[in-house]
Amino acid sequence: MAQVTLRKIVKKYDEVLAVRGIDLDIVDKEFLVLVGPSGCGKSTTLRMIAGLEEISGGDIAIGGHVVNDVPPKDRDIAMVFQNYALYPHMNVYENMSFGLKLKKTPKDEIDKRVKQAAGILDITELLDRKPKQLSGGQRQRVAMGRAIVRDPKVFLFDEPLSNLDAKLRVQMRTEIKKVHQKVRTTTVYVTHDQIEAMTLADRVVVMNAGLIEQVGTPNDLYHSPATKFVAGFIGSPAMNFIPCQLEQAAGALRVRLSDKLSFPVPSDRTARYASHAGKANLVLGLRPEHIAETRPHTEANQHDFDMMIDVDEPMGMETLIYFTIGRTDICGRVNPNAGAASGKEMKLRADLSNMHLIDDGTGKVL
Amino acid sequence: MADAAITAGTVARPNYGSMSRDRRWALRWSYFFLVLFAIFFLMPPIYMLITSLKTSQEISAAGNPWWIYDPTLENYIELLTQNHYLTFFRNSAIVSVCVVALTMLISVIAAFALARMKFWGSATLATGVFLTYLIPETLLFIPLFKMFAWVNETLGIQLMNHWWTLIILYPTLTVPFCTWIMIGYFASIPKELDEAALIDGATWTQTLTKIFIPVALPGIIAATIFAFTVSWAQFLYPLAFTTSATELVLPVGIITTLIKGDVFNWGQIMTGALLGAAPPLVIYAFLMDYYIAGLTAGATKG
Repeated sequence: MAQVTLRKIVKKYDEVLAVRGIDLDIVDKEFLVLVGPSGCGKSTTLRMIAGLEEISGGDIAIGGHVVNDVPPKDRDIAMVFQNYALYPHMNVYENMSFGLKLKKTPKDEIDKRVKQAAGILDITELLDRKPKQLSGGQRQRVAMGRAIVRDPKVFLFDEPLSNLDAKLRVQMRTEIKKVHQKVRTTTVYVTHDQIEAMTLADRVVVMNAGLIEQVGTPNDLYHSPATKFVAGFIGSPAMNFIPCQLEQAAGALRVRLSDKLSFPVPSDRTARYASHAGKANLVLGLRPEHIAETRPHTEANQHDFDMMIDVDEPMGMETLIYFTIGRTDICGRVNPNAGAASGKEMKLRADLSNMHLIDDGTGKVL
Repeated sequence: MADAAITAGTVARPNYGSMSRDRRWALRWSYFFLVLFAIFFLMPPIYMLITSLKTSQEISAAGNPWWIYDPTLENYIELLTQNHYLTFFRNSAIVSVCVVALTMLISVIAAFALARMKFWGSATLATGVFLTYLIPETLLFIPLFKMFAWVNETLGIQLMNHWWTLIILYPTLTVPFCTWIMIGYFASIPKELDEAALIDGATWTQTLTKIFIPVALPGIIAATIFAFTVSWAQFLYPLAFTTSATELVLPVGIITTLIKGDVFNWGQIMTGALLGAAPPLVIYAFLMDYYIAGLTAGATKG
């Protein structure tokens, strides 16, 4: 059993608070991803779990034992670093066995474990090579191998794919997921890439400015973000935020985006939103995939409107279109054959069944 | 109109010069200066070699100084059999080897602490180490005389006129600079490497011996070469602190025993200097390959 518990964790550098009191329960065998922009405290949190940074306040427990003052080597963790941190003068075998050797593990046991880990990662034929003779992807595998052989309670990954090129990153992402399915070790993974977070995680923790914004499964975060920050951070292209007013007119609730443009609020949301009618600082959040070209059949909560397209970006499988409402740039995703072209008027359709209403003052999704 | 068409038709080729011609000239110039450089630096040792193979008569005769009319090994035989030359050589060798060992022991450990263990005042201390290197040795030997006198008075240990005293003295010159070099090398090792070692369960000592020393080997070799050269060629301290013939080291020994009043035994002086220059040369030749091989390649991305 290796659950990791963080209670009111604080990290202070001189007078700057890097982590401002976070609570987190990481379940046994879970793959948990900490994601956020740079400087949000995610790496610091990971390094505190590893024992590489002192904790300024709060408690960290691994497997039920508080480890605040336990040195890294006695925490039974393994860490994979962004730049791999392989020992350059040792070959792959020596790199992987270094930790076990220091623990005075018997030779045949070391040999068995290294060969087994090398088998999992498909690096058996690289065992007698030096790190400089390996490609970036191979070095990353060795770094993971070094973690696996130690059979730790917790794996810690600190942006392990950031140094790889885009294609290799996608490949290694799948690799990491496969390895986790094989070894089922509790994993904490730090990244700034929301796609990595979404694809790898059992649960994602979105951090911002030293605090946790939201914890949830990838789908939870995508479909029901708790704050404007999460809504904007998860998903690419990012969610559109359009300043709006909520109007109560003739018994129906409408979101007004401009003098000419307003949509009725879906009937299942009227009760939830009614009390916010007439308030200032409201923002409509609508993902680009919910703004598309018009189609013959209209379903509930779908509304057509005409718009002048500013820019079109063909992506192959879809075309991204950009237009403006008021002073806000808005992105939509249309079928490549829908005839979108820069400077042309186009009939679009907004699907409001997935709308979010956000209070821009508090940043909360209503 | 017709004129314009014709001028437009003939495309003018501006005379930029070609890449290969530029490169040829660059090569010629570099060879020219390299040859000049080689002549300038090889002249003294060649002259030493030529003179060492001449008899005293031939050296003082007004013949062509670059030609040996009557080659002889007399200078070598005499120097190695009838003088204290071998004693000087032995003293120099023992002193240099001990100084190098002592220097590397102190500076590697000091540099590791200063580069990696952040403690109160570590940055100031690192700068302080370098500043001590900037104090000229000529300012130090009078205070050192006073200190030796005090040691003699209080502890009864005579430090003057012993070759082994130099083993204590030379590190004052070598340790600051070697520590500074090693701080630079250790600082260039990525922080993640010792963090990985820390998580792998290594103690500070193991991190130093199993990770830092092997990875920083080129730096250690550079520092070793420096320490050896300094202690092998050091002149002022042995001149000031040792006097008896049996306690002298090479540089001082050669000039004090082979120059008698105003009589210069040039043949033997040149022979002694030539043989004395050999060990650093041999060490350079052996360690250069190590020095150049970049051992840090592949530690991280790159």
